[in-house]
Amino acid sequence: MIRDITLGQFYPVDSVLHRMDPRTKLFGTMVFIISLFLADHVAAYVVATGFLALAVRQSRVPFKFIVRGLKAVMVILLISVSFNLFLTDGQELFRLGFLRITREGLSMSCFMGLRLIYLVIGSSIMTLTTTPNQLTDGMEKSLGFLKAVKVPVHEISMMMSIALRFIPILVEETDKIMKAQMARGADFESGNLIQKAKSMVPLLVPLFISAFRRATDLAMAMEARCYRGGEGRTKMKPLKYNRRDYVAYGFFGIYLAAIVGVRIVL
Amino acid sequence: MGIIKASRLVFDYIRRDEDENIQEVDRAIDNLDLDIEKGSFVAVLGHNGSGKSTLAKHINGILTPTQGTVWVSGMDTTDEEAVWEIRKRAGMVFQNPDNQIIGNVVEEDVGFGPENIGVPTDEIWRRVDESLEAVGMTAYRYKSPNKLSGGQKQRVAIAGVMAMRPECIVLDEPTAMLDPNGRREVIKTVGELNRREGITVLLITHYMEEVISADRVIVMDDGKLVMDGTPREIFSDVERLKSYRLDVPQVTELAWELRKGGLEIPAGILSSEELMEHLLPLFDKRFPGQIHMGSLGEYHVD
Amino acid sequence: MSIRAENLTYIYGAGTALEQYALKNVSFEIPEGQFVGLIGHTGSGKSTLIQHLNGLLRPASGTVYYDGTDIYSEGYSLRNLRSKVGLVFQYPEHQLFEVDVFSDVCYGPKNLGLDKEDVEERAKEALRQVGLKEKYWDQSPFELSGGQKRRVAIAGVLAMNPRVLILDEPTAGLDPKGRDEILEEIGSLHRERGMSIVLVSHSMEDIARYADRLMVMNHGEKVFDGAPREVFEHYRELESMGLAAPQVTYIVHQLKERGVPMEDGITTVAQAKEAVLRLLGKEGQI
Repeated sequence: MIRDITLGQFYPVDSVLHRMDPRTKLFGTMVFIISLFLADHVAAYVVATGFLALAVRQSRVPFKFIVRGLKAVMVILLISVSFNLFLTDGQELFRLGFLRITREGLSMSCFMGLRLIYLVIGSSIMTLTTTPNQLTDGMEKSLGFLKAVKVPVHEISMMMSIALRFIPILVEETDKIMKAQMARGADFESGNLIQKAKSMVPLLVPLFISAFRRATDLAMAMEARCYRGGEGRTKMKPLKYNRRDYVAYGFFGIYLAAIVGVRIVL
Repeated sequence: MGIIKASRLVFDYIRRDEDENIQEVDRAIDNLDLDIEKGSFVAVLGHNGSGKSTLAKHINGILTPTQGTVWVSGMDTTDEEAVWEIRKRAGMVFQNPDNQIIGNVVEEDVGFGPENIGVPTDEIWRRVDESLEAVGMTAYRYKSPNKLSGGQKQRVAIAGVMAMRPECIVLDEPTAMLDPNGRREVIKTVGELNRREGITVLLITHYMEEVISADRVIVMDDGKLVMDGTPREIFSDVERLKSYRLDVPQVTELAWELRKGGLEIPAGILSSEELMEHLLPLFDKRFPGQIHMGSLGEYHVD
Repeated sequence: MSIRAENLTYIYGAGTALEQYALKNVSFEIPEGQFVGLIGHTGSGKSTLIQHLNGLLRPASGTVYYDGTDIYSEGYSLRNLRSKVGLVFQYPEHQLFEVDVFSDVCYGPKNLGLDKEDVEERAKEALRQVGLKEKYWDQSPFELSGGQKRRVAIAGVLAMNPRVLILDEPTAGLDPKGRDEILEEIGSLHRERGMSIVLVSHSMEDIARYADRLMVMNHGEKVFDGAPREVFEHYRELESMGLAAPQVTYIVHQLKERGVPMEDGITTVAQAKEAVLRLLGKEGQI
């Protein structure tokens, strides 16, 4: 299950998208998400599909790999599609007992399904082509203006980057503690909800303790390496816009205009 | 004065209850004097709880003395102005390889220290390249630290310290969580940094095999410095080491047992070659003509 | 009362591009009361192997028999098996969770559904076996020293009353004295209670001192299986796997190659000392 989540994973190949500035990609993803919510006509979806197809192609990440990320959101996808399918009023197409499908429901659920799928694929492309560090760097820089209103942007991005590093370690640790307690006769599967919740205590307590121990160790290690917040820090990989970024920004503008155009005209 | 100097150092761990009243005082370091020469390789031995880790944390200014003073390159570690300079000059490597790597990519982790001290970008790259080369991890620079073995992670941690251009590295049980291969890897790397780059090394460990090539060995027990000398001097008193809950390598132990059994073998044997050098003449006397003496490097294996 | 593994094969990431054999056709039988050392470098498959012996992992092919019964067969109680085959993981103190030492040790027997009296009786016995003084029993396990924590964790498995005890590097991170103490306690469980022991270790010296039998794993395969002194004869192959025989066996080999008539099968310092002194006519002083 955890293996199926491609969202947040990095796929190491060399491509135009990989080399693009993370700020550009963040902006592009945002534009794409907005465009999905603006799209209410088949023509708009055609344009969005074209845009997405181009991005997938440029990323050089195998399409099969990207699609795997959808598995994780399958449940949400099915629920929202069926809600729209069965609960929208309008011209009836088909009826089975208390379930009725309307023409409007059908088109709504198709759009909704596509929207969700595109949303996941679009954001997957960003994370697959951007290392977590670049991503947090990009956010730190793009959100830099928030510093003016005392938002600790550097600290937040540092925390995210550290969290990304420790998630796989903690996942592995969870597995280990679980097995160790199972060796002592623990049962994490059977029983009712309350019993199940109670059986999690021997798993969660050691996990928290370990997380705290790691946090203390890490804080000490960071201090020993002269970390003292964002003040006066230089960057090993400073963000710099290149020609391809300007081209991409232009392209995003045209794309957004096309989507808005479709909405107004059709 | 050497690069690291401690004078009458005392450190108490103080446990307080909810009302900040002192509940328990645990003296981790007790009136310790120490002077470490620049460029030397010093090993610190001691059982768990002997105070050796507490000592290590003083050298980097993570802990400051309850009493007494610690100087690093002549700077007092309690001087708040100097603390970042001290941390730059005395780098530190910890026991758990996972809990000291910050970056999600090897090279970015090595660059973390220089970024913190405001080194310009070009210079960071130069230092990262050099440090990775020095620990032999250049081939792994684009990898995620989670994909490395324990020994490799520790080498990355060492590179991260090297990139700060320190004069001295303190390693607090860097091999305790590693397998024998990882242990060898790390010790070899540290030895090379000491010899080639002239970095002063303070290696804290309880693996006796790791201290044989040190210039000087210090033994701590109960917060005090109880033995201080060359590896040979330290290992010649096996009984005393055992009384401090320590151990010796098998060769040293065998040599010491044989000496106790009445053979003429000097104290403090460190390698099997040395032991052979003393044993073979004895066997030659006992079984004349049967023993191939030859020089030690050249006995052949069939 | 034996454990038999038959053609165990285990594959990591089955069906993906990263498919990797963690175990390849491993077979062996551990009779009652044996002390087995299991050695191999990191990634050799030894940790995967021991997790099959109490049914925590399911092999791709092959099976494990406990007392003649296939543990993966329909209706077999793996929970019951886990009380018979106790498994102590690496750094077992990381599994402690209760407010005091005693309750933590009670967790295992409580899971077996025993009544309160039996549970407490077992916990007391287990804590005594690992030599943890009574004054620590009602303390929080997190306030103990590293060595003491580890004993509590081992007691937590012992309280299940297993017939076989498997320990994955029980001495990792301990200082020499702490290491010897833990090993001595494991040795006494074997000697005095006739428990079968499987000890996973990196230290050939420790294995040589305690084990009747040594199994060596490399790349998921069992490459050697025999008395420690027989296995140590292959020290060159061991070295090529990143392992090494105990230092003292090298000295004995060197002496033999020089023509000293040393006897065979020396694996410990005590044996080597005795042999050398005897040959040099100093027996009286042993």
